[in-house]
Amino acid sequence: MQQAERGWIFWTAAALFVGAAAFATLAIKNEYPFFAGYLILQFMVLATAWNILGGYAGYVNFGTSAFFGLGVYTAVFLFKATGAPLLVQIAAAAAVGALLGFLVGLLTLRMRGIFFSIATIALTIIIETFIINWKFVGGATGMPMIRPPATAPFDSYIKMLFVNGAVMVVIAVALARFIQGSWIGRGLRALRDDELAAACSGVPTLKLKLLACVISGALMCAAGAPNAMYLSFADPASAFNLNYSVSALAMSLIGGTSHWIGPVLGALLLGSTQQLLTVTISSEVNVLVLGLMLILFVVGAPEGLLGLFRRMRARFSGDAGGRA
Amino acid sequence: MSEPLLDVKRVTKRFGGFTALDEVSVAIRPGERFGLVGPNGSGKTTLINCISGVLGLDKGTISFLGTDISALPTYMRTRRGIARSFQIPRPFRTMTVIENLMVALEFTAGHGHRETERQQEAIALIEQMGLGAKASRPSSELSQVELRKMELARAMAARPKLLISDEAMAGLSSAEIDEVLDLLIKLNQDGIAIIMIEHIMQAVMRFSERVMCLDAGRIIAAGTPAEVMADQRVQEAYLGASPQG
Repeated sequence: MQQAERGWIFWTAAALFVGAAAFATLAIKNEYPFFAGYLILQFMVLATAWNILGGYAGYVNFGTSAFFGLGVYTAVFLFKATGAPLLVQIAAAAAVGALLGFLVGLLTLRMRGIFFSIATIALTIIIETFIINWKFVGGATGMPMIRPPATAPFDSYIKMLFVNGAVMVVIAVALARFIQGSWIGRGLRALRDDELAAACSGVPTLKLKLLACVISGALMCAAGAPNAMYLSFADPASAFNLNYSVSALAMSLIGGTSHWIGPVLGALLLGSTQQLLTVTISSEVNVLVLGLMLILFVVGAPEGLLGLFRRMRARFSGDAGGRA
Repeated sequence: MSEPLLDVKRVTKRFGGFTALDEVSVAIRPGERFGLVGPNGSGKTTLINCISGVLGLDKGTISFLGTDISALPTYMRTRRGIARSFQIPRPFRTMTVIENLMVALEFTAGHGHRETERQQEAIALIEQMGLGAKASRPSSELSQVELRKMELARAMAARPKLLISDEAMAGLSSAEIDEVLDLLIKLNQDGIAIIMIEHIMQAVMRFSERVMCLDAGRIIAAGTPAEVMADQRVQEAYLGASPQG
Protein backbone atom coordinates (compact mmCIF):
# COMPACT_ATOMS: atom_id res chain seq x y z
CA MET A 1 0.00 0.00 0.00
CA GLN A 2 2.77 2.34 1.01
CA GLN A 3 4.62 1.48 -2.18
CA ALA A 4 1.51 2.11 -4.29
CA GLU A 5 1.07 5.46 -2.55
CA ARG A 6 4.67 6.41 -3.30
CA GLY A 7 4.18 5.39 -6.92
CA TRP A 8 1.14 7.61 -7.16
CA ILE A 9 3.07 10.58 -5.74
CA PHE A 10 5.95 9.96 -8.13
CA TRP A 11 3.80 9.82 -11.24
CA THR A 12 1.80 12.89 -10.19
CA ALA A 13 5.04 14.80 -9.64
CA ALA A 14 6.33 13.58 -13.00
CA ALA A 15 3.16 14.69 -14.78
CA LEU A 16 3.32 18.08 -13.04
CA PHE A 17 6.98 18.42 -14.03
CA VAL A 18 6.32 17.78 -17.72
CA GLY A 19 3.16 19.87 -17.57
CA ALA A 20 5.04 22.79 -16.02
CA ALA A 21 7.78 22.50 -18.65
CA ALA A 22 5.18 22.55 -21.44
CA PHE A 23 3.29 25.44 -19.86
CA ALA A 24 6.52 27.44 -19.49
CA THR A 25 7.19 27.12 -23.24
CA LEU A 26 3.81 28.70 -23.91
CA ALA A 27 4.05 31.37 -21.23
CA ILE A 28 7.65 32.54 -21.71
CA LYS A 29 8.63 34.18 -24.98
CA ASN A 30 12.37 34.42 -24.41
CA GLU A 31 14.22 31.32 -25.68
CA TYR A 32 17.27 31.61 -23.43
CA PRO A 33 15.79 30.01 -20.26
CA PHE A 34 14.93 26.95 -22.36
CA PHE A 35 18.34 26.94 -23.98
CA ALA A 36 19.97 26.90 -20.54
CA GLY A 37 17.33 24.64 -18.98
CA TYR A 38 17.73 22.03 -21.69
CA LEU A 39 21.37 21.50 -20.67
CA ILE A 40 20.35 20.86 -17.07
CA LEU A 41 17.72 18.35 -18.22
CA GLN A 42 20.27 16.67 -20.48
CA PHE A 43 22.67 16.31 -17.55
CA MET A 44 19.86 14.93 -15.37
CA VAL A 45 19.40 12.13 -17.92
CA LEU A 46 23.16 11.55 -18.23
CA ALA A 47 23.77 11.51 -14.47
CA THR A 48 20.78 9.22 -13.87
CA ALA A 49 22.00 6.88 -16.60
CA TRP A 50 25.54 6.92 -15.19
CA ASN A 51 24.24 6.10 -11.74
CA ILE A 52 22.51 2.90 -12.88
CA LEU A 53 25.88 1.29 -13.56
CA GLY A 54 28.23 3.52 -11.56
CA GLY A 55 26.10 4.02 -8.47
CA TYR A 56 23.91 0.93 -8.16
CA ALA A 57 26.49 -1.57 -9.42
CA GLY A 58 29.64 0.34 -8.42
CA TYR A 59 31.23 0.14 -11.87
CA VAL A 60 32.75 3.57 -12.49
CA ASN A 61 32.18 4.34 -16.13
CA PHE A 62 34.30 7.04 -17.76
CA GLY A 63 32.76 6.32 -21.13
CA THR A 64 29.69 8.56 -20.84
CA SER A 65 31.07 10.77 -23.57
CA ALA A 66 31.45 7.75 -25.88
CA PHE A 67 27.77 6.88 -25.51
CA PHE A 68 26.70 10.53 -25.66
CA GLY A 69 28.77 11.22 -28.76
CA LEU A 70 27.50 8.09 -30.46
CA GLY A 71 23.97 9.31 -29.74
CA VAL A 72 24.80 12.64 -31.36
CA TYR A 73 26.17 10.94 -34.45
CA THR A 74 23.37 8.38 -34.71
CA ALA A 75 21.02 11.35 -34.97
CA VAL A 76 23.31 13.18 -37.40
CA PHE A 77 23.58 10.13 -39.63
CA LEU A 78 19.85 9.43 -39.61
CA PHE A 79 19.00 13.06 -40.26
CA LYS A 80 21.41 13.36 -43.13
CA ALA A 81 20.59 9.99 -44.67
CA THR A 82 16.83 9.89 -44.23
CA GLY A 83 15.70 13.19 -42.71
CA ALA A 84 14.26 11.21 -39.79
CA PRO A 85 12.32 13.26 -37.22
CA LEU A 86 13.64 13.91 -33.71
CA LEU A 87 11.75 11.12 -31.98
CA VAL A 88 13.01 8.55 -34.47
CA GLN A 89 16.56 9.86 -33.97
CA ILE A 90 16.22 9.47 -30.20
CA ALA A 91 14.70 5.98 -30.42
CA ALA A 92 17.42 4.85 -32.84
CA ALA A 93 20.11 6.32 -30.60
CA ALA A 94 18.65 4.45 -27.61
CA ALA A 95 18.79 1.19 -29.60
CA VAL A 96 22.38 1.85 -30.71
CA GLY A 97 23.32 2.76 -27.12
CA ALA A 98 21.75 -0.43 -25.80
CA LEU A 99 23.68 -2.48 -28.35
CA LEU A 100 26.95 -0.70 -27.56
CA GLY A 101 26.23 -1.14 -23.84
CA PHE A 102 25.77 -4.85 -24.39
CA LEU A 103 28.96 -5.25 -26.43
CA VAL A 104 31.05 -3.10 -24.11
CA GLY A 105 29.59 -4.94 -21.14
CA LEU A 106 30.49 -8.32 -22.59
CA LEU A 107 34.05 -7.17 -23.23
CA THR A 108 34.72 -5.19 -20.08
CA LEU A 109 32.45 -6.20 -17.22
CA ARG A 110 34.72 -9.04 -16.21
CA MET A 111 37.27 -6.38 -15.30
CA ARG A 112 36.90 -4.68 -11.99
CA GLY A 113 37.73 -1.34 -10.42
CA ILE A 114 40.17 0.88 -12.22
CA PHE A 115 40.63 -1.60 -15.10
CA PHE A 116 36.99 -1.28 -16.08
CA SER A 117 37.22 2.53 -15.87
CA ILE A 118 40.30 2.64 -18.10
CA ALA A 119 38.60 0.40 -20.66
CA THR A 120 35.66 2.79 -20.81
CA ILE A 121 37.98 5.76 -21.44
CA ALA A 122 39.52 3.81 -24.31
CA LEU A 123 36.03 3.33 -25.73
CA THR A 124 35.60 7.09 -26.16
CA ILE A 125 38.87 7.38 -28.03
CA ILE A 126 38.03 4.45 -30.33
CA ILE A 127 34.58 5.70 -31.31
CA GLU A 128 35.73 9.30 -31.67
CA THR A 129 38.57 8.23 -33.96
CA PHE A 130 36.09 6.30 -36.06
CA ILE A 131 33.78 9.31 -36.38
CA ILE A 132 36.70 11.67 -37.17
CA ASN A 133 37.46 9.48 -40.16
CA TRP A 134 33.87 9.16 -41.34
CA LYS A 135 33.37 11.82 -44.02
CA PHE A 136 29.63 11.22 -44.43
CA VAL A 137 28.94 12.77 -41.01
CA GLY A 138 31.43 15.59 -41.47
CA GLY A 139 34.68 14.01 -40.23
CA ALA A 140 36.94 16.05 -37.97
CA THR A 141 35.56 19.41 -39.07
CA GLY A 142 32.01 18.49 -38.12
CA MET A 143 28.87 19.48 -39.93
CA PRO A 144 26.21 22.13 -39.55
CA MET A 145 22.68 20.96 -38.85
CA ILE A 146 19.76 22.92 -40.16
CA ARG A 147 16.86 22.61 -37.75
CA PRO A 148 13.56 21.71 -39.37
CA PRO A 149 10.57 23.81 -38.32
CA ALA A 150 9.24 23.01 -34.83
CA THR A 151 6.22 20.75 -34.60
CA ALA A 152 3.00 22.37 -33.34
CA PRO A 153 2.15 23.48 -30.65
CA PHE A 154 5.75 24.65 -30.22
CA ASP A 155 6.81 27.94 -31.77
CA SER A 156 10.52 27.22 -31.53
CA TYR A 157 12.73 24.16 -31.88
CA ILE A 158 14.57 24.92 -28.62
CA LYS A 159 11.31 24.96 -26.68
CA MET A 160 10.37 21.65 -28.26
CA LEU A 161 13.74 20.21 -27.25
CA PHE A 162 13.19 21.50 -23.72
CA VAL A 163 9.87 19.67 -23.31
CA ASN A 164 11.37 16.64 -24.98
CA GLY A 165 14.21 16.83 -22.44
CA ALA A 166 11.71 16.96 -19.58
CA VAL A 167 10.01 13.80 -20.89
CA MET A 168 13.38 12.08 -21.21
CA VAL A 169 14.20 12.99 -17.61
CA VAL A 170 10.95 11.39 -16.50
CA ILE A 171 11.66 8.24 -18.52
CA ALA A 172 15.23 7.98 -17.20
CA VAL A 173 14.25 8.64 -13.61
CA ALA A 174 11.29 6.24 -13.79
CA LEU A 175 13.62 3.53 -15.09
CA ALA A 176 16.21 4.23 -12.38
CA ARG A 177 13.48 4.26 -9.74
CA PHE A 178 12.06 0.98 -11.00
CA ILE A 179 15.51 -0.65 -11.02
CA GLN A 180 16.32 0.62 -7.54
CA GLY A 181 13.15 -0.82 -6.05
CA SER A 182 13.22 -4.12 -7.92
CA TRP A 183 15.19 -7.36 -7.69
CA ILE A 184 17.56 -5.89 -10.30
CA GLY A 185 18.51 -3.05 -7.96
CA ARG A 186 18.87 -5.32 -4.97
CA GLY A 187 21.07 -7.67 -6.99
CA LEU A 188 23.21 -4.77 -8.24
CA ARG A 189 23.59 -3.45 -4.72
CA ALA A 190 24.67 -6.87 -3.51
CA LEU A 191 27.28 -7.23 -6.25
CA ARG A 192 28.51 -3.70 -5.59
CA ASP A 193 29.12 -4.65 -1.96
CA ASP A 194 30.73 -8.00 -2.78
CA GLU A 195 30.57 -9.63 -6.17
CA LEU A 196 31.71 -13.08 -5.07
CA ALA A 197 29.35 -13.21 -2.11
CA ALA A 198 26.53 -12.06 -4.41
CA ALA A 199 27.21 -14.85 -6.92
CA CYS A 200 27.33 -17.35 -4.05
CA SER A 201 23.94 -16.02 -2.91
CA GLY A 202 22.40 -16.83 -6.29
CA VAL A 203 22.74 -13.38 -7.88
CA PRO A 204 23.42 -13.67 -11.64
CA THR A 205 26.11 -11.01 -11.44
CA LEU A 206 27.22 -10.86 -15.08
CA LYS A 207 23.64 -10.78 -16.40
CA LEU A 208 22.66 -7.97 -14.04
CA LYS A 209 25.74 -5.94 -14.88
CA LEU A 210 25.04 -6.41 -18.57
CA LEU A 211 21.45 -5.30 -18.07
CA ALA A 212 22.62 -2.21 -16.17
CA CYS A 213 25.14 -1.47 -18.93
CA VAL A 214 22.48 -1.83 -21.64
CA ILE A 215 19.95 0.45 -19.91
CA SER A 216 22.58 2.99 -18.94
CA GLY A 217 24.04 2.99 -22.46
CA ALA A 218 20.62 3.38 -24.08
CA LEU A 219 19.78 6.39 -21.91
CA MET A 220 23.16 8.06 -22.47
CA CYS A 221 22.94 7.64 -26.22
CA ALA A 222 19.34 8.86 -26.25
CA ALA A 223 20.44 11.94 -24.26
CA GLY A 224 22.99 12.72 -26.95
CA ALA A 225 20.62 12.40 -29.91
CA PRO A 226 18.99 15.88 -29.72
CA ASN A 227 22.33 17.60 -29.08
CA ALA A 228 23.24 18.22 -32.72
CA MET A 229 19.94 19.99 -33.33
CA TYR A 230 20.31 21.86 -30.06
CA LEU A 231 23.69 23.28 -31.12
CA SER A 232 22.83 23.34 -34.87
CA PHE A 233 26.22 21.76 -35.31
CA ALA A 234 27.96 18.46 -34.65
CA ASP A 235 31.69 17.90 -34.36
CA PRO A 236 33.59 15.03 -32.76
CA ALA A 237 35.58 17.21 -30.33
CA SER A 238 32.43 18.52 -28.64
CA ALA A 239 30.27 15.41 -29.04
CA PHE A 240 32.88 13.18 -27.40
CA ASN A 241 34.08 15.80 -24.93
CA LEU A 242 35.42 14.19 -21.76
CA ASN A 243 33.48 16.85 -19.87
CA TYR A 244 30.31 14.75 -20.29
CA SER A 245 31.96 11.79 -18.56
CA VAL A 246 33.30 13.89 -15.73
CA SER A 247 30.06 15.84 -15.27
CA ALA A 248 27.81 12.77 -15.19
CA LEU A 249 30.10 11.16 -12.63
CA ALA A 250 30.48 14.33 -10.54
CA MET A 251 26.76 15.06 -10.53
CA SER A 252 25.93 11.54 -9.34
CA LEU A 253 28.59 11.61 -6.64
CA ILE A 254 27.63 15.09 -5.49
CA GLY A 255 23.93 14.25 -5.40
CA GLY A 256 24.42 10.80 -3.89
CA THR A 257 24.54 7.46 -5.65
CA SER A 258 22.36 5.39 -3.35
CA HIS A 259 19.00 6.77 -4.51
CA TRP A 260 17.56 7.76 -7.88
CA ILE A 261 16.96 11.32 -6.67
CA GLY A 262 20.72 11.82 -6.01
CA PRO A 263 21.85 12.30 -9.64
CA VAL A 264 18.80 14.51 -10.29
CA LEU A 265 19.73 16.80 -7.39
CA GLY A 266 23.39 16.73 -8.38
CA ALA A 267 22.58 17.68 -11.98
CA LEU A 268 20.23 20.41 -10.80
CA LEU A 269 22.80 21.89 -8.42
CA LEU A 270 25.85 21.56 -10.63
CA GLY A 271 24.05 22.23 -13.90
CA SER A 272 22.43 25.44 -12.70
CA THR A 273 25.65 26.62 -11.03
CA GLN A 274 27.49 26.04 -14.30
CA GLN A 275 24.86 27.90 -16.30
CA LEU A 276 24.97 30.78 -13.86
CA LEU A 277 28.76 30.96 -14.05
CA THR A 278 28.73 30.78 -17.84
CA VAL A 279 26.51 33.85 -17.97
CA THR A 280 28.11 35.84 -15.17
CA ILE A 281 31.81 34.97 -15.39
CA SER A 282 32.97 32.59 -18.14
CA SER A 283 32.40 29.08 -19.40
CA GLU A 284 35.96 28.10 -18.47
CA VAL A 285 35.22 28.69 -14.79
CA ASN A 286 32.66 25.86 -15.08
CA VAL A 287 35.30 23.18 -15.14
CA LEU A 288 37.10 24.75 -12.18
CA VAL A 289 33.90 24.87 -10.17
CA LEU A 290 33.09 21.29 -11.10
CA GLY A 291 36.49 20.16 -9.84
CA LEU A 292 36.28 22.22 -6.66
CA MET A 293 32.78 20.99 -5.83
CA LEU A 294 33.82 17.41 -6.45
CA ILE A 295 36.77 17.77 -4.06
CA LEU A 296 34.56 19.50 -1.51
CA PHE A 297 31.98 16.75 -1.59
CA VAL A 298 34.40 13.84 -1.69
CA VAL A 299 36.13 15.20 1.40
CA GLY A 300 33.19 16.72 3.28
CA ALA A 301 30.22 14.63 2.19
CA PRO A 302 31.32 11.39 0.53
CA GLU A 303 27.74 10.20 0.33
CA GLY A 304 26.70 13.35 -1.49
CA LEU A 305 23.76 15.63 -0.80
CA LEU A 306 21.64 12.61 0.17
CA GLY A 307 24.18 11.60 2.81
CA LEU A 308 24.22 15.20 4.11
CA PHE A 309 20.41 15.27 4.36
CA ARG A 310 20.41 11.92 6.15
CA ARG A 311 23.04 13.07 8.60
CA MET A 312 21.17 16.29 9.28
CA ARG A 313 17.91 14.44 9.79
CA ALA A 314 19.60 11.99 12.15
CA ARG A 315 21.09 14.89 14.10
CA PHE A 316 17.77 16.70 14.36
CA SER A 317 15.84 13.62 15.37
CA GLY A 318 18.66 12.86 17.84
CA ASP A 319 18.36 16.36 19.31
CA ALA A 320 14.60 16.05 19.50
CA GLY A 321 15.01 12.71 21.27
CA GLY A 322 17.54 14.25 23.64
CA ARG A 323 15.19 17.09 24.56
CA ALA A 324 12.27 14.74 25.03
CA MET B 1 26.14 -46.74 -0.53
CA SER B 2 23.46 -44.30 -1.73
CA GLU B 3 23.98 -42.12 -4.79
CA PRO B 4 26.38 -39.31 -3.95
CA LEU B 5 25.05 -35.79 -3.53
CA LEU B 6 28.30 -34.33 -4.78
CA ASP B 7 30.69 -36.26 -6.96
CA VAL B 8 34.09 -34.72 -7.63
CA LYS B 9 35.98 -36.77 -10.19
CA ARG B 10 39.69 -36.39 -10.91
CA VAL B 11 39.62 -32.62 -10.61
CA THR B 12 42.79 -30.81 -11.55
CA LYS B 13 43.35 -27.08 -11.16
CA ARG B 14 46.51 -25.27 -12.15
CA PHE B 15 47.57 -21.67 -11.65
CA GLY B 16 50.25 -21.18 -14.32
CA GLY B 17 52.89 -23.78 -13.56
CA PHE B 18 51.58 -24.47 -10.07
CA THR B 19 49.23 -27.41 -9.63
CA ALA B 20 46.85 -26.53 -6.82
CA LEU B 21 44.69 -29.65 -7.19
CA ASP B 22 45.95 -32.83 -8.75
CA GLU B 23 43.36 -35.44 -9.78
CA VAL B 24 41.28 -35.01 -6.64
CA SER B 25 38.22 -37.27 -6.38
CA VAL B 26 35.71 -37.30 -3.57
CA ALA B 27 32.03 -38.14 -3.18
CA ILE B 28 29.77 -36.64 -0.52
CA ARG B 29 26.59 -38.45 0.53
CA PRO B 30 23.33 -36.62 1.23
CA GLY B 31 23.26 -35.42 4.83
CA GLU B 32 26.92 -36.29 5.43
CA ARG B 33 29.23 -34.36 7.78
CA PHE B 34 32.52 -34.19 5.94
CA GLY B 35 35.72 -32.65 7.21
CA LEU B 36 38.35 -31.28 4.84
CA VAL B 37 41.73 -30.68 6.40
CA GLY B 38 45.26 -29.99 5.28
CA PRO B 39 48.08 -27.55 5.93
CA ASN B 40 48.02 -24.02 4.54
CA GLY B 41 48.29 -23.99 0.76
CA SER B 42 47.21 -27.62 0.43
CA GLY B 43 44.32 -26.78 -1.92
CA LYS B 44 41.30 -26.88 0.41
CA THR B 45 39.90 -23.50 -0.56
CA THR B 46 40.78 -24.10 -4.22
CA LEU B 47 38.72 -27.29 -4.09
CA ILE B 48 35.67 -25.55 -2.68
CA ASN B 49 36.14 -22.67 -5.12
CA CYS B 50 35.99 -25.29 -7.88
CA ILE B 51 32.91 -26.91 -6.32
CA SER B 52 31.09 -23.58 -5.93
CA GLY B 53 32.07 -22.45 -9.44
CA VAL B 54 34.30 -19.53 -8.45
CA LEU B 55 37.15 -21.24 -10.31
CA GLY B 56 36.92 -23.27 -13.51
CA LEU B 57 38.45 -26.73 -13.81
CA ASP B 58 41.44 -27.69 -15.91
CA LYS B 59 40.49 -31.36 -15.84
CA GLY B 60 37.86 -33.59 -14.31
CA THR B 61 34.15 -33.18 -13.57
CA ILE B 62 31.92 -32.17 -10.70
CA SER B 63 28.42 -33.64 -10.50
CA PHE B 64 25.67 -32.61 -8.14
CA LEU B 65 22.58 -34.78 -7.72
CA GLY B 66 23.68 -36.82 -10.71
CA THR B 67 24.07 -33.86 -13.09
CA ASP B 68 27.38 -32.54 -14.36
CA ILE B 69 27.65 -28.96 -13.06
CA SER B 70 31.28 -28.34 -14.10
CA ALA B 71 30.30 -25.67 -16.64
CA LEU B 72 27.61 -23.94 -14.58
CA PRO B 73 28.25 -20.43 -13.23
CA THR B 74 28.39 -19.90 -9.47
CA TYR B 75 24.89 -18.50 -9.08
CA MET B 76 23.35 -21.50 -10.84
CA ARG B 77 25.17 -23.89 -8.53
CA THR B 78 23.87 -21.93 -5.53
CA ARG B 79 20.35 -22.18 -6.91
CA ARG B 80 20.76 -25.94 -7.32
CA GLY B 81 21.67 -26.28 -3.68
CA ILE B 82 25.38 -25.62 -3.08
CA ALA B 83 25.87 -22.81 -0.57
CA ARG B 84 29.03 -21.65 1.12
CA SER B 85 30.51 -19.34 3.67
CA PHE B 86 33.89 -17.63 3.31
CA GLN B 87 37.20 -17.86 5.10
CA ILE B 88 37.13 -14.08 5.61
CA PRO B 89 33.49 -13.03 6.04
CA ARG B 90 32.08 -11.26 3.00
CA PRO B 91 28.92 -9.48 4.13
CA PHE B 92 27.01 -7.01 1.96
CA ARG B 93 28.34 -4.13 4.03
CA THR B 94 25.83 -1.44 3.10
CA MET B 95 22.94 -3.71 4.04
CA THR B 96 21.38 -4.72 7.32
CA VAL B 97 21.54 -8.31 8.52
CA ILE B 98 18.02 -9.04 7.31
CA GLU B 99 18.74 -7.43 3.91
CA ASN B 100 21.78 -9.68 3.53
CA LEU B 101 19.52 -12.70 3.87
CA MET B 102 16.81 -11.19 1.70
CA VAL B 103 19.25 -11.06 -1.23
CA ALA B 104 19.96 -14.76 -0.97
CA LEU B 105 16.27 -15.56 -0.50
CA GLU B 106 15.14 -13.43 -3.41
CA PHE B 107 17.64 -14.93 -5.84
CA THR B 108 17.26 -18.55 -4.78
CA ALA B 109 14.66 -20.41 -2.73
CA GLY B 110 12.40 -17.44 -2.05
CA HIS B 111 12.16 -16.39 -5.70
CA GLY B 112 8.53 -15.81 -6.56
CA HIS B 113 7.52 -15.52 -2.91
CA ARG B 114 6.00 -12.30 -1.66
CA GLU B 115 8.32 -9.87 0.13
CA THR B 116 6.53 -10.31 3.45
CA GLU B 117 6.96 -14.07 3.17
CA ARG B 118 10.65 -13.65 2.43
CA GLN B 119 10.98 -11.32 5.39
CA GLN B 120 9.42 -13.91 7.68
CA GLU B 121 11.73 -16.59 6.32
CA ALA B 122 14.74 -14.33 6.85
CA ILE B 123 13.72 -13.50 10.41
CA ALA B 124 13.20 -17.19 11.21
CA LEU B 125 16.71 -17.98 9.95
CA ILE B 126 18.26 -15.04 11.79
CA GLU B 127 16.62 -16.20 15.01
CA GLN B 128 17.71 -19.77 14.42
CA MET B 129 21.29 -18.46 14.28
CA GLY B 130 20.81 -16.45 17.45
CA LEU B 131 21.06 -13.07 15.75
CA GLY B 132 17.47 -11.98 16.38
CA ALA B 133 18.48 -8.81 18.22
CA LYS B 134 20.71 -7.71 15.34
CA ALA B 135 18.31 -8.27 12.45
CA SER B 136 17.90 -4.58 11.62
CA ARG B 137 21.49 -3.56 12.35
CA PRO B 138 23.91 -2.78 9.51
CA SER B 139 26.10 -5.80 8.88
CA SER B 140 29.16 -3.55 9.20
CA GLU B 141 28.45 -3.30 12.94
CA LEU B 142 28.62 -7.05 13.61
CA SER B 143 31.38 -8.76 15.60
CA GLN B 144 33.45 -11.58 14.09
CA VAL B 145 31.30 -14.36 15.51
CA GLU B 146 28.11 -12.55 14.49
CA LEU B 147 29.46 -12.14 10.96
CA ARG B 148 30.21 -15.86 10.81
CA LYS B 149 26.69 -16.64 11.96
CA MET B 150 25.21 -14.20 9.49
CA GLU B 151 27.17 -15.84 6.69
CA LEU B 152 25.83 -19.22 7.69
CA ALA B 153 22.32 -17.79 7.85
CA ARG B 154 22.74 -16.21 4.41
CA ALA B 155 24.01 -19.50 3.02
CA MET B 156 21.03 -21.26 4.61
CA ALA B 157 18.65 -18.78 2.99
CA ALA B 158 19.42 -20.50 -0.32
CA ARG B 159 17.89 -23.68 1.17
CA PRO B 160 21.01 -25.68 0.29
CA LYS B 161 21.40 -29.41 0.16
CA LEU B 162 25.13 -28.96 0.63
CA LEU B 163 26.70 -26.30 2.82
CA ILE B 164 30.40 -25.62 2.56
CA SER B 165 31.77 -23.95 5.64
CA ASP B 166 35.19 -22.49 4.91
CA GLU B 167 36.95 -21.96 8.22
CA ALA B 168 33.86 -20.56 9.89
CA MET B 169 35.63 -20.79 13.22
CA ALA B 170 38.87 -19.00 12.40
CA GLY B 171 39.63 -16.28 14.92
CA LEU B 172 36.88 -17.26 17.35
CA SER B 173 37.20 -18.01 21.08
CA SER B 174 36.60 -21.57 22.25
CA ALA B 175 33.11 -20.70 23.54
CA GLU B 176 32.29 -19.14 20.16
CA ILE B 177 33.69 -22.19 18.34
CA ASP B 178 31.30 -24.40 20.32
CA GLU B 179 28.43 -22.07 19.43
CA VAL B 180 29.15 -22.24 15.69
CA LEU B 181 29.77 -25.97 15.87
CA ASP B 182 26.42 -26.52 17.57
CA LEU B 183 24.77 -24.47 14.84
CA LEU B 184 26.38 -26.57 12.11
CA ILE B 185 25.34 -29.79 13.83
CA LYS B 186 21.78 -28.49 14.12
CA LEU B 187 21.74 -27.62 10.41
CA ASN B 188 23.04 -31.08 9.58
CA GLN B 189 20.26 -32.63 11.63
CA ASP B 190 17.84 -30.91 9.27
CA GLY B 191 19.30 -33.06 6.49
CA ILE B 192 21.91 -30.73 5.00
CA ALA B 193 25.23 -32.24 4.02
CA ILE B 194 28.11 -30.12 5.30
CA ILE B 195 31.69 -29.89 4.18
CA MET B 196 33.69 -28.31 6.94
CA ILE B 197 37.10 -26.88 6.21
CA GLU B 198 38.88 -26.20 9.41
CA HIS B 199 42.26 -25.87 11.02
CA ILE B 200 40.88 -26.40 14.49
CA MET B 201 41.31 -30.14 14.81
CA GLN B 202 39.07 -30.62 17.85
CA ALA B 203 36.20 -29.09 15.92
CA VAL B 204 36.81 -31.28 12.87
CA MET B 205 37.14 -34.42 14.99
CA ARG B 206 33.98 -33.68 16.92
CA PHE B 207 31.98 -32.73 13.86
CA SER B 208 32.95 -35.01 11.00
CA GLU B 209 31.79 -38.49 10.11
CA ARG B 210 34.47 -38.68 7.47
CA VAL B 211 37.62 -36.64 6.97
CA MET B 212 39.85 -36.08 3.96
CA CYS B 213 43.32 -34.59 4.19
CA LEU B 214 44.90 -32.70 1.30
CA ASP B 215 48.55 -31.88 0.95
CA ALA B 216 50.05 -30.03 -2.03
CA GLY B 217 46.86 -30.58 -4.00
CA ARG B 218 46.68 -34.33 -3.45
CA ILE B 219 44.59 -36.50 -1.18
CA ILE B 220 46.96 -38.04 1.33
CA ALA B 221 44.38 -39.66 3.59
CA ALA B 222 40.65 -40.24 3.85
CA GLY B 223 38.51 -42.11 6.33
CA THR B 224 37.09 -41.70 9.82
CA PRO B 225 38.54 -38.80 11.84
CA ALA B 226 40.51 -41.23 14.02
CA GLU B 227 41.97 -43.04 10.99
CA VAL B 228 43.02 -39.81 9.31
CA MET B 229 44.57 -38.38 12.47
CA ALA B 230 46.52 -41.59 13.00
CA ASP B 231 47.83 -41.56 9.43
CA GLN B 232 51.54 -40.96 9.38
CA ARG B 233 51.46 -38.86 6.22
CA VAL B 234 48.90 -36.57 7.82
CA GLN B 235 51.05 -36.12 10.86
CA GLU B 236 54.05 -35.42 8.67
CA ALA B 237 52.11 -32.91 6.61
CA TYR B 238 51.03 -31.06 9.73
CA LEU B 239 54.09 -31.39 11.90
CA GLY B 240 56.68 -31.52 9.18
CA ALA B 241 58.34 -34.68 10.58
CA SER B 242 57.56 -38.22 11.74
CA PRO B 243 56.23 -38.33 15.29
CA GLN B 244 58.61 -39.85 17.80
CA GLY B 245 57.43 -43.27 18.89
